[in-house]
Amino acid sequence: MAMPFYVSPEQMMQDRAEYAKKGIAKGRSIIAMEYDQGVLFVADNPSTSLFKISEIYDNIAFSGAGRYSEFENLRKAGIQHADMKGMMYSREDVTARSLANGYSQILGTLFSQEMKPYEVELLLAQVGETPEGNELYRITFDGSIIDERNFTAIGGRSETILTFLRKETSETRPSLNTALQLCQQAFEKGADPKSSLEGLEVALLDRTRSGRKFRRVATSEASALLS
Amino acid sequence: MTPDKIPFPNFSFDPCSSFYQFLSAQRPELLPMARWGALPAQHGSTQLPLSNQLPPWPHGTTVLAFTYQNGVLIAGDRRATEGYQIAANRMDKVFQTDEFSAMAIAGAAGPCVEMAKLFRIELEHYEKLDGKPLTCEGKATRLGYMVKANFPMVLQGLVVIPLFVGYDQKREVGRLFKYDITGGRYEDTEFHAVGSGGKDARLTLKEHFRKQLPEDKAVRIAIRALYNAAEEDVGTGGPDLLRKIFPLVKLVDGHGVRDVEDTQLATICQELLSEERES
Repeated sequence: MAMPFYVSPEQMMQDRAEYAKKGIAKGRSIIAMEYDQGVLFVADNPSTSLFKISEIYDNIAFSGAGRYSEFENLRKAGIQHADMKGMMYSREDVTARSLANGYSQILGTLFSQEMKPYEVELLLAQVGETPEGNELYRITFDGSIIDERNFTAIGGRSETILTFLRKETSETRPSLNTALQLCQQAFEKGADPKSSLEGLEVALLDRTRSGRKFRRVATSEASALLS
Repeated sequence: MTPDKIPFPNFSFDPCSSFYQFLSAQRPELLPMARWGALPAQHGSTQLPLSNQLPPWPHGTTVLAFTYQNGVLIAGDRRATEGYQIAANRMDKVFQTDEFSAMAIAGAAGPCVEMAKLFRIELEHYEKLDGKPLTCEGKATRLGYMVKANFPMVLQGLVVIPLFVGYDQKREVGRLFKYDITGGRYEDTEFHAVGSGGKDARLTLKEHFRKQLPEDKAVRIAIRALYNAAEEDVGTGGPDLLRKIFPLVKLVDGHGVRDVEDTQLATICQELLSEERES
């Protein structure tokens, strides 16, 4: 009988983490930033039909960086969970916190039990009725949840983007124009110097809307906001 | 070769972005149609209890829809009856289902409301998963499948008959779809009304309906048709000026769905009643 090789759990986890990180590093970045009337999402995404930012429920948005097929699966699962929960209880009972928990469970299990971990990082945001009620969660490939304030970023160049944003932002929530400007600068300086507005996907969770708060911002509208 | 052994990749596991399909596969007990399975079989037979053996349940209704100048109008009365009793006099039977569509339903109140709720989720679910909303035609077809799935409940008398209206953004017209109990879907370019007072409402509409009616006239005719239906049918409630209960009227056009304000409805109802008094 052939003896299986012994690999220490530390080594195994480290290898997997490295593998997942490598995959994510190849992916483009996404920023979520609170502004005075909601949460702004900006993704480095040249495609106008394959979205990285998506609506999950009335006041919850999702975005994923890394391998498309994997975060797309997670996005669908999130929508199914949210719609089912909203139907079983009430629309207000669907929260980003419970979704983030669900994602963390799935990713954690996949990371420790599957041959290949998911090479994804997720960003989940819920716009509250007041600015203080906003919630931002970053979920990493191994299932860790990080509860963020003001802004956060995921994807390949997230570290450089975050360094830039930490330097440039103040404690108060900026207006939409300022927030969008900051995000664009962050992509220019932190990720891709050639980054143009056409290559950005912009979406909002807008508190002032009634019902479904999620809204995509077309390039023309985004450039109007910046001028 | 059985379908599951097809040697190339297939999409058969995908519920086609339908929440209804997803629910049927994952949690069928949550479907509105699950009710019939929960009823006990009688005397050891598998025969389900017939409608006349069941206690009375809330029922309606007159709901109507017709096309007008800018799109399509949909309206309904507010009464629900339970046997010879009035179960509710402020019931909503007209529902906005998404930005450019609405539905109204006649039949047993519980399953009706549940189906409307499920259909709204269905449309939203599709839009979220696929990234863009279903076409007007697609929405109407989906609703047909849900009515079809409801057929076992129809055999027990729990009938649900919807009317569906939507604004077709591609063709830039308001469209109206009616259904039969088996899920058959029929498009109507003019008007239709269903429910216990549906026939009476249809008679009024037949007389007053014209193509390309302006909005104010359209609302007036809708109220008139519901008023006439309430006169003839016990299951249909007329306007109640004392308690300020008016029919529900929604207009679906290129800008979306909107309710006709109660103040406007009140004026129209007042005028209608004084006309009646004078004649």
